[in-house]
Amino acid sequence: MAIAAAVPSEAADTCLGAHAMGVSRGGRMLLASVDFELRAGELLQLHGPNGSGKSSLLRVLCGLLPPASGEVRWNAQPVRAGDPHFLPTVAYLGHSDGIDADLSAAENLRFAAQLAGKTAHDAQIDACLDALGMGWAAHSPVRALSQGQRRRVALARLALLPCALWLLDEPLSGLDEEAAARFDILLQAHLRRGGMAVVATHQPLSPPGRILRLDA
Amino acid sequence: MPPTSSTDTTLAHRPNSRARPSGWLAYASAVRFDPLAGRLAPWCFAAAAILALAGLYVGFGVAPTDAQQGEVYRIIFIHVPAAWMSMFIYLLMAIYGGLALWLGTRLSSMMASALAPTGALFTAIALVTGALWGQPTWGTWWVWDARLTSELLLLFLYLGFMALEGAIDEPRRAERACAVLALVGSLNLPVIYFSVQWWNTLHQGASVSLTAAPTMARTMLAGMLLMALACWLYTIAVALVRVRLLLRERGLLPGGKRSEGAA
Amino acid sequence: MTLARDLRRSFAAIVRQDVLRAWRRRGQVFAGLLFFVIACSLYPLAIGPEARQLRLLAPGMLWVTALLASMLSLSRLFSREFADGSLDQLLLSPQPLAWLVLAKICAHWLTSGLPLMLLTPLLAQQYGMPFAAAMGLAASLMVGTPVLSLIGAVGAALTLGVRGGAVLLCILVLPLCAPVLVFGAAAGAAADAGLPMTAELSLLGACLALSLLLCPLAAAAGLRIAAE
Repeated sequence: MAIAAAVPSEAADTCLGAHAMGVSRGGRMLLASVDFELRAGELLQLHGPNGSGKSSLLRVLCGLLPPASGEVRWNAQPVRAGDPHFLPTVAYLGHSDGIDADLSAAENLRFAAQLAGKTAHDAQIDACLDALGMGWAAHSPVRALSQGQRRRVALARLALLPCALWLLDEPLSGLDEEAAARFDILLQAHLRRGGMAVVATHQPLSPPGRILRLDA
Repeated sequence: MPPTSSTDTTLAHRPNSRARPSGWLAYASAVRFDPLAGRLAPWCFAAAAILALAGLYVGFGVAPTDAQQGEVYRIIFIHVPAAWMSMFIYLLMAIYGGLALWLGTRLSSMMASALAPTGALFTAIALVTGALWGQPTWGTWWVWDARLTSELLLLFLYLGFMALEGAIDEPRRAERACAVLALVGSLNLPVIYFSVQWWNTLHQGASVSLTAAPTMARTMLAGMLLMALACWLYTIAVALVRVRLLLRERGLLPGGKRSEGAA
Repeated sequence: MTLARDLRRSFAAIVRQDVLRAWRRRGQVFAGLLFFVIACSLYPLAIGPEARQLRLLAPGMLWVTALLASMLSLSRLFSREFADGSLDQLLLSPQPLAWLVLAKICAHWLTSGLPLMLLTPLLAQQYGMPFAAAMGLAASLMVGTPVLSLIGAVGAALTLGVRGGAVLLCILVLPLCAPVLVFGAAAGAAADAGLPMTAELSLLGACLALSLLLCPLAAAAGLRIAAE
């Protein structure tokens, strides 16, 4: 199964770092000091009970939420919100799917590519949807799809754009076993190509990579 | 190549330790600002009271009677300083808002929130005194004078600021959103004033002006300046008291409500 | 230059998607226009049908109603993105956020301000405005309604997801739109009196230039704050 997106060749030297990073949300200090470094080809899983700060940590890593203390570093350079060197390398999937229910799956993917300033050919879009088993739904409105199917369309977006860093918040939520297996293949291919991923999940992935436990 | 073994890392909740800021920026820390504010506020209230008494004495006792408007014009000693303060306070709110967005200090945005009700109060005073002036002079409680119309729009801006602050539940988001609003409003204010002036001169027939006589006696000016200073000190005092309350309410002082640990 | 091409592509993508979505839900757009028409018809019922009075008040009344009608559609500007999580994707796009916000505002104007402007000459007939004057009024709306969309976008970004956001949006935005109202209605009145509108239109143009510069930045800041 050919997926068009390829991680850029400089990916081998990339490194995501968190240094003495504090995470707070809604006035509550969730995490006091997070330290890790992630290199090309590595997977970091975030495990922890509900409310332990997994989602907030992911949002801090991609810059949507400012850290309460410390900093995020990309290739040893501190990252600020809206950093134009960092953003093109990040693909984020939050709790909500981030897709427009009024458009079709293909239109959503095409828009995602255009938002990044790229064009996506129909063949590429179909290949990405096929990778998640949603090729048949390319032209039906997302409104008609089930929750799990929408999640798959959102995951197909990951296959489309060549991003070195994936930040995923519970990507397997609502997915059946077949879809979870497809996502696994996608993730492993991404890591093999030199990409890296931070995944918050309740269901352990395999192979597990590194695990960061967040205790409430 | 992804590592095949898993390494567990458990997080420890270590307390934050940051280098202490020096100089004036140290007072951006809530812990240091609070006692300072507590000491300053009573002095400012006292000074404001003294200056207000002096200003009112000059305005209502010493300054000469106006040839055209008689005794009624004396309300200018409250109306004009209140109008000045209402504009000045909005500008201050915008500056504090800008500081809050730029430096990220919560104290700056709390100063903006603390100033807003006082600014609204002065705007209301300016409007009411304008009405009190207009009634004996022109026979109506309201005239679409350029200044009164601008004050009315300014009152709406203040009320909008307070409404936005009240509507957003999360304090940090409320502070930052209000900071943006104050900045946008302050940039818009000159445009609003200009457009109201322009509008007033356009419709010449209805043009009435609540300004005092063109030649202002020195005592009149002195009276207005004294009142303006009094209002200024009152504003400082009230803002300091309010900020201390806000600091406690939002848990930024250790020992208060759940502390966030960052100023 | 690839940067310019990326910017052009993302701008066009957002405008196309928003206009497409508005077309697919054209009921909402028509409802806003219908509100404009109904509200304009209320004034004669309230004031009385005397032609001279109506014609005198027409530019002002039409402008106020256009202002209120555009307020109605503003709360929809970012609400869908906020609800379905697309706002995060917008914030994480490599393109400058202010540029993307400008694209959204442009699409909003195309689906609300522009139809209002096109309807105005028709409604001006209800007030007995001659054709030339009605066209002058429409010209003032053409320059003024983008400013309303721009200022409104700042309000929409700040009140995103807030309880009672629609009314709060109006409270915040209406005072800020006062200059546009003053200049726009004055332009309409000048057109009605047969006088040249250059001064008023220049002032409106200045407002447009200033808001084009500042409002996308302020709205972008508001969106970042809302997404935290």
